[in-house]
Amino acid sequence: MSEHGTESAGEGVSQPGTTARLDQGDIEGSGGILERFTNPGLPPHVPRSADLDEKAAHRAERQVAALFGISMVATVIFLVAYFAIDQKTYESIPGIGQASLSNVVLGVSLGVSLLCIGLGAVHWARTLMPDTEVAEDRHPQRSSDQARRDAVETATSGRAASQIGRRPMIKFTLGGALGLFALPLVLQLAGSLGPLPEAGLSTTFWRKGMRLVRDPEMTPIKASDVTLGSVFHVIPEGIDTSAHVLEEKAKAAVILIGIDAALIQVPKERAWGYGSMVAYSKICTHVGCPVGLYEHRTHHLLCPCHQSTFDVTQNCAVIFGPAHRPLPQLPITVDAQGYLVAESGFHEPVGPSFWERG
Amino acid sequence: MKALGSHRRHPAAIVVLLLLGLVATGGLYSLLAPRPAQAAVATADDVTSGRTLFLANCATCHGVNGLGGKIGPSLAGVGAAAVDFQVGTGRMPLAQPGVQASSNQVMFTDQEIASLAAYVATLGPGPAIPDSQDTAGNGDVAKGNELFKENCAMCHNFAGSGGALTQGKYAPSLGNVSGQYIYEAMATGPESMPVFNGQSLSPADKNDIISYLHYLDKNQNPGGLNLGNLGPVSEGMFVWVVGLGLMIGAAVWLGSKAA
Repeated sequence: MSEHGTESAGEGVSQPGTTARLDQGDIEGSGGILERFTNPGLPPHVPRSADLDEKAAHRAERQVAALFGISMVATVIFLVAYFAIDQKTYESIPGIGQASLSNVVLGVSLGVSLLCIGLGAVHWARTLMPDTEVAEDRHPQRSSDQARRDAVETATSGRAASQIGRRPMIKFTLGGALGLFALPLVLQLAGSLGPLPEAGLSTTFWRKGMRLVRDPEMTPIKASDVTLGSVFHVIPEGIDTSAHVLEEKAKAAVILIGIDAALIQVPKERAWGYGSMVAYSKICTHVGCPVGLYEHRTHHLLCPCHQSTFDVTQNCAVIFGPAHRPLPQLPITVDAQGYLVAESGFHEPVGPSFWERG
Repeated sequence: MKALGSHRRHPAAIVVLLLLGLVATGGLYSLLAPRPAQAAVATADDVTSGRTLFLANCATCHGVNGLGGKIGPSLAGVGAAAVDFQVGTGRMPLAQPGVQASSNQVMFTDQEIASLAAYVATLGPGPAIPDSQDTAGNGDVAKGNELFKENCAMCHNFAGSGGALTQGKYAPSLGNVSGQYIYEAMATGPESMPVFNGQSLSPADKNDIISYLHYLDKNQNPGGLNLGNLGPVSEGMFVWVVGLGLMIGAAVWLGSKAA
């Protein structure tokens, strides 16, 4: 409907006498599409039984009252149960199993009480409240020509009275003041976004010579401790003293795997490992879940979030799932006491992609 | 009978028939299924009787000397703990080849399992059956929880209810498993599970983990209906099917016209 008011709804067809049905598509040969389809209007009003029959109306009234009554009973049950049932009573409840009786009774009674208020209100509206279809036409939004002229008149005379056109100094300084005032607002917003991450996304806590320690005990690992097929969940030594332990842990978590060196197919993986041990970042390159599910027979590392699977014999290449980059490997060696240490930090950023990494 | 016949074209008739058929088949199977014969072999607690048992029950797959065959892996170095775990939980003898052996009916007496374990332990040094004080589950529950979350929860789920691995393999539920088997599984790394040797998790650590799991077994669930403790998957499924179903029903009811 246009803003010029209500045209009669049924007469909007451009070509008189060629009302097309929706399933007929374009009208052959006329060279045009219908501008508008006929408004089918409202279906005829059908009165409900409660409108016609006083008995049915009484029945509906009783039903609504019954629903509100059930709600009241349920509320009373809730109030009684709150005091009567000990919270430590456990009962076997059909369909739910062993559960705290107090929890179940309180929840069910409160639910029933609220639900019955809603059901009663809806049933009331459906059966007894008026259900005649009403359409309210939209009013024209355009003001009268007189009002529009008056508005323009007010604005122009106000501008003239303020003398802003004649006094450029005021005009320009006001513009400058208002424009400059936007800066503090923008600055607060931009400033509250916090410092830039800088190298934080690309680096981890790992440094050359740092010992691999068990998570959570923080004890160093001897190379001889790692037998074939065993797995250690590892963090760098001293990470618990860093300023942001959890953030650092979330990047530096490493899984150390004992694997037969003969099975490793990538020379780089063997060189960066030590003997029959390799260490890989535990942070999935998809969205950063901890990749901890190691199957020691298939040598697959599985990410529990989206089933990305990495093959440890192939430098943790992705063999299944949404990740698209191998897990970064941590080069390891042993120190003079025989404990495993990092030969260097990670050579690439760990975890999922980010803007600057591409 | 005539009343029954009049319902034969009812839409639910096929479902009822199918259910009846399934119940009848299942009932008959449980009555008539062949029972496994009890292995009646000498039960002297020594390596010799273990070897006799081994030859009769295991050698087909694992080879006459336990060094592996075309089907089964070599048992040299798996240790007595592996035998006690695999045979004691009914995973071995393997019921049928598949991606993973699942726990099953136990086929041997404790005595026979001990003999088998003693024999296999002679094939090569491996993890021994743990001391009962390391499997009693009287350790530190809080530390066990921490160790469990770090080392086990990614496969076995935060509540120990197990979870799926790749290609049909799975991590089994750890509910109501005896401390001895939990310890042996950690020490030997059965199936896909990696090994957690004494340096990775000390016997005291393992006992803490067992304590935590036993605590979970006893832990009451105030809300009931735990849906397998599987977290968002089963809970989401429940909400999508039951919750959304109810919502759609309510919406249809709201939009319909009263009679």
